[in-house]
This record gives sequence, structure tokens and C-alpha cells, in this order.
Amino acid sequence: MRLKYSLFIALLFAVLLVLAACTGDGGQKGEDTAENEDPAAEGDEGTEAEGAEGDQVLIFARGGDSESLDPASTTDGESSRITKQIYESLLEFDKDSFEIMPGLAHDWEVADDGLSYTFYLEEGVTFHDGTDFNAEAVKINFERWADPEHAYAFADDGYVYSMYGTMFGGFKGDENHVIEEINVVNDHEIEFILSQPLGFFLQNMAMTYFPITSPAALEEYGAAINENPVGTGPFKFVSWSKDDSIVLDKFEDYRKDGLPKLDRVVFEVIPDNAARLIALRSGEIDIMDGLNPDDAASVEAEEGLELYEREENNIGYVGFNVQKEPFDNKDLRHAVSHAIDKEAIANALYAGYATPASVPLPPSYMGYNDEVESLEYDPEKASELLAEAGYEEGLEIELWTMPVARPYMPDPETVSEIIQNNLEQIGITVTIVREEWAPYLEKTMNGDHQMYMLGWSGTNGDPDYFLSSLLHGDNVGSSNREFYANDEVDGLLNQAKLSIDQDERASFYQQAQEIIADDAPMVPLVHSRPVLATTNAVENYVPHPSTSESLAEVELVD
Amino acid sequence: MVSYIIRRLLMMVPVLIGMTLITFSIVHLIPGNPAQVILGETANQTAIENLEESMGLNEPYLNQYGLYVKDLLQGDLGTSLRSNAEISAEIWPYIAATFELTIFAMLFAVFIGVNAGIISAWKQNSWFDFLAMLFALIGVSIPVFWLALMEQWIFAQELGWFPAYGRQDNRDPMAPITYFYVLDSLIHLDFSRTGTILKHLVLPSIALGTIPMAIIARMTRSSMLEVMKSDYIRTVRAKGSGQFLIIYKHALKNAMIPVLTVIGLQAGVLLGGAILTETIFSWPGIGRYVFEAINYRDYPVIQSGILVVAFIFVIINLVVDILYKIIDPRINY
Repeated sequence: MRLKYSLFIALLFAVLLVLAACTGDGGQKGEDTAENEDPAAEGDEGTEAEGAEGDQVLIFARGGDSESLDPASTTDGESSRITKQIYESLLEFDKDSFEIMPGLAHDWEVADDGLSYTFYLEEGVTFHDGTDFNAEAVKINFERWADPEHAYAFADDGYVYSMYGTMFGGFKGDENHVIEEINVVNDHEIEFILSQPLGFFLQNMAMTYFPITSPAALEEYGAAINENPVGTGPFKFVSWSKDDSIVLDKFEDYRKDGLPKLDRVVFEVIPDNAARLIALRSGEIDIMDGLNPDDAASVEAEEGLELYEREENNIGYVGFNVQKEPFDNKDLRHAVSHAIDKEAIANALYAGYATPASVPLPPSYMGYNDEVESLEYDPEKASELLAEAGYEEGLEIELWTMPVARPYMPDPETVSEIIQNNLEQIGITVTIVREEWAPYLEKTMNGDHQMYMLGWSGTNGDPDYFLSSLLHGDNVGSSNREFYANDEVDGLLNQAKLSIDQDERASFYQQAQEIIADDAPMVPLVHSRPVLATTNAVENYVPHPSTSESLAEVELVD
Repeated sequence: MVSYIIRRLLMMVPVLIGMTLITFSIVHLIPGNPAQVILGETANQTAIENLEESMGLNEPYLNQYGLYVKDLLQGDLGTSLRSNAEISAEIWPYIAATFELTIFAMLFAVFIGVNAGIISAWKQNSWFDFLAMLFALIGVSIPVFWLALMEQWIFAQELGWFPAYGRQDNRDPMAPITYFYVLDSLIHLDFSRTGTILKHLVLPSIALGTIPMAIIARMTRSSMLEVMKSDYIRTVRAKGSGQFLIIYKHALKNAMIPVLTVIGLQAGVLLGGAILTETIFSWPGIGRYVFEAINYRDYPVIQSGILVVAFIFVIINLVVDILYKIIDPRINY
């Protein structure tokens, strides 16, 4: 009988081998890609010796895998977290804020009319593949994103640079596309000519989505560049095993002396929050992203673990459809705003790691208006306003609830229940509507809703990205799901976008926020502060509000 | 026998075509536009339209299906919408991961399950029988995610005996060859690594293998009890054979047929249904591959992933049928 057992197992293995052969035959393409993986595999072996020498190996665990390691072709935060290590942009954000610092450009000049920007590039910088970084490389990268016909745009392979379109007003040939011309002055000087001023042009230049890829690598890997990233950053790409791990090794010729301090960084995917925390406690990983706010207190109290918070860089809100009954009535919107207990939501859901919001803009942002009169929690006033609005008898409304958790809204279901409860108090009956995520986004874009929940996260640290996207009349039916269009607000937002005087811009945004707060097209709920944890061994780690921080200065100590 | 196998293999063709039709219809019937999901809440209308066009989602369904089948016949499983990668190139590591886990889970389930079942039948109504069946009952009713988290808590966090996640020590990953990591480490002649990899297999295998183990134990026991009552066993006993020989040599053969069916079915279930275990133990297997794809409405990956799992399931069934014949030559096809 034992023999039959082994026969069974032997047969199973035989089937496996057949299957392996089948998949191997899966056409030429399969083999091509296998070859493509080879350099990575070799690199892997090559670095094993190094890995043995240096013991500074850090494991960073997160909830999901990256989509693409070609930074501009994705909007996925899990991707830019990695590309931030491999690539560098012309400018950088400061470690813990969106303040602009030198990057690959050590200096820059802005023309008075805001129509030309000159960047002076670092000299003697090389890409991981050994080729030189220069102005030509910068030009190629920007043209690649702007022009779908460009040889390296890979449009036929499905590459779309949507973040570029959003940030620079479209693509080559589009009416509002701002980058008209890019001139290489010399190897280390490059000039951008704009068709119209863009108030946040410099902020854009510091975004993780727009760093410089080696042109030689674009030529070599073609559309496979998303799995073979080559930049100038502190770490170079070694291997990517999907849904498992991404391995990066120290780039020995990094332009900043003494950095990076780590020999190797491994980005690990651990989907389950509880399992990730167990792995951190057992010392298998060093940094865990996406800590459940409810676990924060126990992590803080635990010896051996360290709790970190990211600065607020998002807003979770409840929006009204202001072009549709019944929320075309401003008094009613005010009534609802006064009825919602933001403090309770912040405490119940974020374990206190959130700030109740009065405007959509996060507090650290330029132009944040802290004098805006918040429609604070006041059920009595809410009832009065409800009566004024003509709904003494109460009314029935629908509230659309997000089906997925987001950092700005970790538990949408509970939030909607709290709101349901709050509104019940003043006589509004709320029916909660549930939809799948994609149809939810689609239908709210079409305006099928009366009242809905959503949020927004910043990427370039500029107020425009929040205020214009969410509330500019031009974005109605797109990202403006309030269907809110106020000419005065639009005018202020346009002026702020076209101005390059940052103080002036700030004042425009402040004015806009006052009008918005009075019109109350949305109820800003909270700005959350996502929490994460590390072991005690991790030093110099500074979480960035954008969720992508450089690990160049991080080190492990005993 | 050979003609039977060929017949069975041919029968797979309509089954698989049916599978493609069903999965294609289902994934396109669920509401949700992949371009919208991939770009998320911050996307604007133009960005979504651009991405839709580049992914070919504005084509009529019939054309999309036609293209899909045409590619499939050429051995091309399609391209992932999310990662832009060829699925045929991308899918093998996932399959290998799931297979490796399934094999170890089934080894655990079969070895413990069959033997516990046999001993329970042998010592019917003894304390061992009672305990084993109690555990089997708990085993089938235990929620996998709970068991998995408990294992992690006790054996990884508190005792530190086994790692809580992953397939290997990723601080120092090895260059994969077949993607069966145990096999790969042996090929590399790197035996300390084999040890680490086996350690990584322990907790997920137990979590995954517990339910099948319990089912197999119960099945073996009842099947054994039935066979032990048959006339030929009485004859063997009359010949004066010892109990051990009676059970392992004579009774087990006949008792194994229904058990084998269960093993085959369970192996199939594990291949497709290991999502929970794979998620909790961060095991990059086929279940998670398809699951992530569903979240992103990555149609080609969902279709091809399900197709591959279905294919494996059919193959396992075939293998089980062949094994019947080997174990019991009286069976004719």
C-alpha cells in the first residue's frame, strides 16, 4: 500500500512537470519574458555576496503590491513608494512636508511672467546603468509623458500618463497643456517654456510621479521598463516577485556621499493587517505601513515598537449634489452640516488619529483658512435651519456609502451609520445606499446621488489639487461630484492657478474657502493621520504625508 | 485505459470552452469599469476614457470575447490590464506557489487523516476513536482564518518557532528556477535554505490542510468500518492473519476508493480556495492573484486565472480516476 501512496505522489509530480512544460510552451512571449527576467536573476545572485557582507537589510511591509515601477504611468501610491527609492525628480519635497527642496536640480529660476523655468542640474550624476544624467535625459522623459506618439511613450502597450495630464493641463496638442517647449541649454541647464503660468509648476516638479528615467534603459527595455526601473536614486532595482516582494540594493555611486545607509531594502506584501502586526512583533519585518488605528495605543505602549504618524494630507467628506432636489437648498445643507458630529466620527473611527475638518484643505497646506467659520455640531440650530428650509415635517434622503476602506475613511459603513443616527435626531430619515466601488465612482460622477461619501488625498502638496479638483465648475461631472459651480469661486481658483506669487495665491485660496464654507456643498469630516509602526532598531525614519518617503537615511541599530 | 485517458482529455475541450464563456460573461456582468477602478477616486473623465481606449474596453463584448478566444488558442492567456504584463509569463510563479502549498497541505492531511481514520476504525469506540473524531469534528468546523491567526500568534509571535508569513527569507531571496522553492533550493544545493523554506511551509500547510484532514479521517473511518464487516475480511481473519496485516494489506485497498475521491476533490478545492490562507500568510498564490484581479476588474487575469484553475481541477480528477484503476483492477472504464 505504501507503494501506491508513493505512486500517487509520483503521479502528482508528473502532472506538475507536464504543466510546467505546458506553461513553458505558452508561446514565444513566455520565453521572451523569461529571458528578460534573467538580468534580475543574475543581479540577485551577484548581490547575495554583498547581502552577506552588509547586514543593513530592512524589510518594509505593506498591504498591497505595486502596479508598475514606471512612475508616471500609474497613480498608485504603492508604486510611488518604491519608485521614490529608485528615482529622483528635479526637485524634492522636504522630509516631512511639501516644501520644495533641491533634487536633481540644485538651483532654479522662474521668469517674472511665470512663463519660463530654468533648472540647473547636478553634475557628475550617473544612472544605475552607468550612463550620465543630463539635460537631454530630462527632456526625453518629459516629452515621453506629453506626447503619445513619442518613441518611448509606449502608448500601444497601454501606457497612459494620467497624472501628467492632470498636473500639466493635458497632453501635447491639448488646449490647456502648459509645457510648450523644453530647451536644452547645455548638459546641465534646461529651460521649460510654458504656454500659460502655472502656480504649482514647481510643486509638480517635486512629485514622485515625475522623476527621470535613464534614456538608455528606455531604449533597452522598451515597454518592459515598468519591471526594469533604472534611475539615479539611492537604491537600485534587483528583483520583483509579484504579490510577494520587491528587492532593492544600495546604489554604490549615489550622488550623496555616505548614503544610502542601508545595504538592501525589501518591500514585502502582507495583505492582512493583523498578520502584518504579528510579523512586526516577531521581528520578521522592520516597518509596517497601514497600522489599524485601534492597534496604535497598544503599539505605543509596547517596548520594542515605535509608533509613527503621517501628517494630514487628505480629507474625508460627505458631499451633496447641489444641482438636485433636495440639496439645491442651501439652508438644508447648513442644517445637515450642523447635525453631523465630526468629533464623534474622529474618535470612534480613527482612535483619535484624525482632526475634525472645517474646510477640504489639510491644515498644513498653503492658504489653509483657519478662520473659516466651521458649521459646528449643533443639533438645535440644525433643527431650526431645517424648519427654515421648509422641512418642518422632516424628510427622507439617500446617503451613498463607499464600499471600500481608504486611509481617509477606514470604515465607511460605521461613518454612514453615525451620520444616519445624527440626522435621525433632527428628523431626517436616511436610507443608506450601497454600490460596488467602480459603479459607485461612476454613478456619483454622473450625479445619480443626493448625498455621498468620499475623500481626496494630496500628491503635490498644492491647494489647487484639492480645491479645483473637488469644487471647480469645470470639473462638474468629473471629480467635482458636488456639481458645485460658483463663478466667484471658479474665478478665484483660476487666478490662483495662474499666479506665481505664492502669497497672492494663498490669499485667493483663503477667499475661495470662505465662499465654499458658506455655500456648504460638502461637509468636510476629518483629516486623518495614518499611523504606522516600526521596530526600535529603525532610525532616522521620517514618514512623509504623501506616503512616499526616501529611505536613504534610514539605518538599523541594535 | 489509454483510449479512456484520451477520451477524457478530449472531453476537457468543451468543458474549458464552457468555462471561458461562463467566466467571460460573469466578469463582464459584474458592474464596474476597470479603468475607473485602476485610476481610483482622483481620476477625471478624460483620464478614464484614455485608459479605456488603451485597454480595448470600448470594443463590443463579442469582439472582446472573440479576441480572447483567438489569443487563447494560440497559447496566449492575454495581458493583465493592471500591470501590463503577459499573463502566461506572470502566472507560473503563482501556480507554483499554490501547488507547493497544496502538496504539503495534502501530505499533512492525507498522512494524518488516513492514519487517524484507520486507527479509529481499528479501535472503534475506544478513547482514541472518540478523541480523533472529536478533533475531526472541530477540524471541519474551524474557520480557517481564525486557525491561521492563532497559529501565527502562538507559533510566530509568542514562541518564535516558525515565520508568520511568506515563502522564504526575503532578506536574502534565492534566484528561482522552477518556482517550487523547496525544489529550487535543492537544485541550488543550498540545504540550509531548504530548511528555512520548509519552516515557512509549516503553518500555512497546517491551516490549509486541517479541513481536508478532518474530512479524510472521517471518510477513512466509515469506509474502513464498512469494509471490515465484509466477508473476505472474515476469511482473511479465519486464515489467521494479524490485525495489522488485515487492515493495511487487505482492508485498506478497498476502503481507499471513496477516500481517494475525497482526496481528489479536496485537492481541487485547496487549489482554488486557498485565498484565505494565502492572504493571511502572504502566500503569493493563484487564489490571491485572481482575488486581486477581481478587485481591479482585471478581466483577462480573472478569466485566465479561473481557466487555469479549472484545467488543473479537471486534471486532478483524471488522475484520481486513473488511480482507481490502479488500486482496484476490477474497475473498468
